Amino acid sequence: MENRLSMSSSPHIRSDASTSKIMLDVLIALLPASLAGVYFFGLDAALTIIVCVVSSVAFEYLARRILKRSNTLSDLSAAVTGLLLALNLPPAIPKWMAVVGSFFAIVVIKQLFGGIGQNFINPALGARVILLVAYGTKMTQWTAPRGFSGTDAIASATPLGVLKEGGELPGYLDMFLGNVGGSLGETSALALIIGGLYLLIRKVISWEIPVIYIGTVALLSWILGPEGFMTGDPLFHILAGGLMIGAIFMATDYTTSPMTRKGAIIYAIGCGLLTIIFRLYTNMPEGVSYAILLMNTAVPLIDRYTVPKRFGGDKHA
Amino acid sequence: MKLFKGGVHPPQQKNTTEMKTVAMGVPSVVVIPMVQHLGAPCQPKVKRGDTVKVGQLIGDSEAYVSAPVHSSVSGTVTRVDNVVLSGNQPVMCVEIKPDGLQEVFEEIKPPAVDSRESFLSAIRASGLTGLGGAGFPAHVKLNPPKGTKVDTLIINGAECEPYITSDYRECIENTDGIVEGILHVLKWTGIEKAMIGIEDNKPEAIKALSQAVSDIPSITVHSLPARYPQGAEKTLIYALTGREVSSGKLPADVGCIVMNVTTASFVASYLKTGMPLIKKRVTIDGSAVKNPQNVEVLIGTPLREVFEFCGGFKSNPEKVVMGGPMMGVSQFSLDLPVLKHTNALLALDETQSRIPEGSACIRCARCVRACPMGLLPFELDRLVDAKKYEEAQKIHIMDCIECGCCVYACPAKRLMVQSIRIGKDYIRRNTKK
Repeated sequence: MENRLSMSSSPHIRSDASTSKIMLDVLIALLPASLAGVYFFGLDAALTIIVCVVSSVAFEYLARRILKRSNTLSDLSAAVTGLLLALNLPPAIPKWMAVVGSFFAIVVIKQLFGGIGQNFINPALGARVILLVAYGTKMTQWTAPRGFSGTDAIASATPLGVLKEGGELPGYLDMFLGNVGGSLGETSALALIIGGLYLLIRKVISWEIPVIYIGTVALLSWILGPEGFMTGDPLFHILAGGLMIGAIFMATDYTTSPMTRKGAIIYAIGCGLLTIIFRLYTNMPEGVSYAILLMNTAVPLIDRYTVPKRFGGDKHA
Repeated sequence: MKLFKGGVHPPQQKNTTEMKTVAMGVPSVVVIPMVQHLGAPCQPKVKRGDTVKVGQLIGDSEAYVSAPVHSSVSGTVTRVDNVVLSGNQPVMCVEIKPDGLQEVFEEIKPPAVDSRESFLSAIRASGLTGLGGAGFPAHVKLNPPKGTKVDTLIINGAECEPYITSDYRECIENTDGIVEGILHVLKWTGIEKAMIGIEDNKPEAIKALSQAVSDIPSITVHSLPARYPQGAEKTLIYALTGREVSSGKLPADVGCIVMNVTTASFVASYLKTGMPLIKKRVTIDGSAVKNPQNVEVLIGTPLREVFEFCGGFKSNPEKVVMGGPMMGVSQFSLDLPVLKHTNALLALDETQSRIPEGSACIRCARCVRACPMGLLPFELDRLVDAKKYEEAQKIHIMDCIECGCCVYACPAKRLMVQSIRIGKDYIRRNTKK
């Protein structure tokens, strides 16, 4: 009996890591923030999540089909993008608007640039900013969280909005738990940190980007305080707005962040710096989305100048 | 201790750790290639119909970088011809039909060694090549180029590839032989000291060797954290001495010579008996093998007979690998022979052999973190795919040691090191001319 043997070039074994497992881990890590969003903002938020995920997956399928490329639904990246988009939108956004967001995220930003791994900016954040420009009013109408005692439920402001417009700031505990106005999945620091720890334990992300990004924001917001140097409120800035979701889930997106540790550190500091500049010195209440998108575009440059030192050689030899 | 950056932790699968070496005996035929080393091929010294005995020279070369070949059996030469081996190149081979008597060649006697020169020529005559994997002629390695000053002999007992336990068994079963061999090398080459490096997943080997060298100040034993590719020449030298061997340089350029534990002990056994390198301990394992074990195999034995000795296959062997799963070479036929530097034979079943379908790079940077040479595997892969060889050269494609960590770690299952091999080969072929 002659055995026919397969031939292949080594290595002959692989780790069990896979793109879909990584994406599944991200989905799991986003579960606490999603549940917190639904808890605080009601079932309409759940509907927003469903619409974003389903439409993103549908657009991925259609775009790949029309572009005559292989079906990539099983890598789960479209589902992740859909969920991240939902968590970055106002909970009560008109659902057709959410579908438009999915279209931009999946079709324009991701697939037209070549699909997974090829987009130059974060699809969910890019889509959010496009929606913000196109539908400014609806994109800044915030649902009042559960248990909100004020009268105007729809016009509830975000903590950063209050900071810009004036008014009574929410307490730290409410901000930590997520009981404040804001995007669907950004308000609960607790839920986001739980998800972030899960990703760290699963080694899906490394600590550098979230910790340095948040640290930079904390440090600069304290130094550049409203009453002069060292009078800022770093805790407020860490808990407010999209910083937690941005630092843990958006800035750590593989495709749009640097490939080396050194690059990641530069990128994270840049994100923090830009976030503070936008928050403190522009008319915009929030700066995380823009900061990350801008740093996304700087990644090729960062990668070029942070080539690791090769073994036994000089860096630029 | 210096720890190299990167690396991976594949499941160790050292299933045969506790298995004492079993000698297989004489196979029905041996096929002995004239090239089992890096360097010039040997010319056959026998012809069809000749009778040969165990240890008799059957192939030699005038070239310096070469190692002679000896018969592992007594019997009759049945064929001297080119055979296509796993490198896909025809190689001159001598096929011998054993008579089963294993009569030892009359001229076998311990070599007379009284100087560095006679030591090196004895090593050459023994046919010894590096037994760890690459198969570099030992006498060449032990005679570093002029202008280099070697102060450290590094003995490689890391055995970082999964499955393989043949060097471990050498440490346990032939502890004193290893030490004796090291002392010979130190004595005749004038190298001051030897450092034995063993991964910390082999505490028994570390213990045995530490005890054996306890009153020999020139030899020290070092425990290294188990991480693939700790046993690669460059990472091992770095771990033990902190010295980095740059691209295109030899270990001797940083004052080191690296030798495998089994290579060292063979030096002792050859100087004692004069019996050349004709047999090898091989770890037989893999999901398709019925009785995984360590077998002492005569060089030239067809793989098929080695597996049959181990009870045959319990499932269809879809892929057969010579060496470890990370860097071993897949074999196209079970009729191919065991070579001098064969340290393992793995038979993998269909599930284990399956090559996962690759998908787009997601830029997760796992390959960058895994690369022990500090390269950018994903970028090299992309450049070779785009046929941008010059750019690949600029980011040091030639530094790749082909350890496979990038591919092991990749979640998108991309064939990065395979692309890199293609790129290196292209560059080599186009720069020589």
